[in-house]
Amino acid sequence: MAAKNLPMRDALRRALMEEMERDENVFVMGQEVGVWQGTHRVTQGFLEKFGERRVRDTPISEMAIAGAAVGAAMAGLRPVAEMMTINFAFLALDAMINHAAKIHYMFNGQFKVPAVFRAASGWGNQATATHSHTPEVIWAHFPGMYVATPATAGDAYGMLKTAIRNDNPILFSESIGLYPRPGQVPDDPDYMLPIGKADVKREGKHVTLVTYARGLEWCTAAAKELEKDGVQCEIVDMRWLRPLDTATVFESFKKTNRAVIVEESLPFYSFGSEIAAQIQEHCFDYMDAPVKRVSALDVPVPYSHDLELMCFPNAQKVVEAVKSIL
Amino acid sequence: MALDKATLLDWYRQMVLIREFEEACQHLYNEKRITGVYLHLASGHEAIYVGAVAAMRVGTDHIITAYRDHGIALALGMDAGRVMAEMMGKRDGVSGGKGGSMHLASAEHNFYGGYAIVGGHLPLATGLALACKYRGNDQFVISMIGDGATNNGYFHEALNMSGVDKLPNIWIIENNGYGMGTSVEKAAGNPILHERARGYGIEDYGRVDGQDVIAMYDAVSRAAKHAVEHGPVLIEAMTYRYRGHGVSDKQYDTRLKAELEEWKATKDPIEILKRHIAKEHGDVSAELDAIHQAQLKIVEESIQFADASPLPNTLEELFAHVYVD
Repeated sequence: MAAKNLPMRDALRRALMEEMERDENVFVMGQEVGVWQGTHRVTQGFLEKFGERRVRDTPISEMAIAGAAVGAAMAGLRPVAEMMTINFAFLALDAMINHAAKIHYMFNGQFKVPAVFRAASGWGNQATATHSHTPEVIWAHFPGMYVATPATAGDAYGMLKTAIRNDNPILFSESIGLYPRPGQVPDDPDYMLPIGKADVKREGKHVTLVTYARGLEWCTAAAKELEKDGVQCEIVDMRWLRPLDTATVFESFKKTNRAVIVEESLPFYSFGSEIAAQIQEHCFDYMDAPVKRVSALDVPVPYSHDLELMCFPNAQKVVEAVKSIL
Repeated sequence: MALDKATLLDWYRQMVLIREFEEACQHLYNEKRITGVYLHLASGHEAIYVGAVAAMRVGTDHIITAYRDHGIALALGMDAGRVMAEMMGKRDGVSGGKGGSMHLASAEHNFYGGYAIVGGHLPLATGLALACKYRGNDQFVISMIGDGATNNGYFHEALNMSGVDKLPNIWIIENNGYGMGTSVEKAAGNPILHERARGYGIEDYGRVDGQDVIAMYDAVSRAAKHAVEHGPVLIEAMTYRYRGHGVSDKQYDTRLKAELEEWKATKDPIEILKRHIAKEHGDVSAELDAIHQAQLKIVEESIQFADASPLPNTLEELFAHVYVD
């Protein structure tokens, strides 16, 4: 398939623009999506192309942005609500969790909520404690929501299209650090990646690295480093935190018998906790070592640069974790 | 406002149906045939629902509300038996037994539901109206708002966005004087709630007598035209609830006995309508009595229907509709 090398930001922009061209019911709403052209430039050029009706600048009203997206979706539109950053989405948790995720069930299937909530997630550039979250698991906790966490430009392209065409509410998390990262993006306006399907990004036989979003970078760098010592890592990129493709994790683990889980987020009640629990429940007879986790440190993120860096995983931490269980 | 006799008698029918249905719900709850901790009765608020629904094109225009939702369901013409079955958590309930008293809805009637997080449905109403404007149609959205909900953030954000985008929303505050047990005066810096409209660029229709179905119908009819042509309207409907906040509010009758008795004696919405009908159309007591008896029969049959419906009890039912397949 023909493809272009694009940064993830441009891949997302292309996916969103193509979906709006394809379906009149798709529209974007959120803070600074129009005149400002998106704080992360994903909606650059949209206002000029689609106009104010379909590119809706909103007040700084997270509860109303998310809640109005739910209402518009119940009425049959397909809103893509931009929460600017996932830190602000905390303000909209009730609208997303108590309403978006419950309405189809609570009214016995009478209404659908095909809304996508886009949010930039992550840390860096000394954004400090309230602007350095990667809390996607909070949404993934609740039945009724799907959660997308793409790690590459091509995946972001195919997953956003899938999310927009899906009839369920979806948190679509975009890792801030990955926006400028280039990747191969297929020239196919109907390129769709299936909901809840993980992707083995690298094959190996000695240890399974389970990760998502920005963790893929650290895992890839660590795998290259470990290869020098003859250690072959298999990398499972989950792509979606819900539905969670545990089958692909188990299949890989049964081959390697060892796992390190790499997550950008906090360690308590986390992605890593869930994967580790599931591996021991379902693959106990295949375990040759304890499952290790590389997570953010359990502390608010401070301003000062060196302290900030200490909080987060990196390739070296992944290498050390792998070596500790070989 | 000149209204024909048939219309007034139909409104009387709906208000009596709601009153008797709610009395039956209270009775069934006392007998533990309706269970759970939440049951918010609409007795006393009937004129608001019947007047507002009469101003809509049911199935074309849209309506959404909070947890005191039985009255709207019945005013819309939803089947009383299926509504009662939902109260009992039965398979034939309007929400399959998954919603209960607070989560009635009917897609067929464009009734997007009762919601149980105070204020949570308000931005949904904004979004529903956004969809009307997006499609360029002539439809509007009625959203009920409990007086208590005017003090949380949802109210502010939802009404402001509605005002900014000039959406076809009709916002109706049901001011019954109390958010749970706290009076409006103790909860609102300015207890004249409709005056908030100005802060959002919303048309202020002031206070409307929520016990007078004709006044409600008149206000909402005018609001409908305004909402579609110019943008949102806020109405503060003054009313009173005859039962507690919910069934768990056991001291209600004693706490506010004098006030409650005065409202019942002087401002009962059904009595007000009966007086109006008598004034306009003479003695129709025989017709009113026949209507009343017919509603009692409908309520009785709704209970029989609900009793006969099975309780959902399979894993398949439990997990159905978590996601759209």
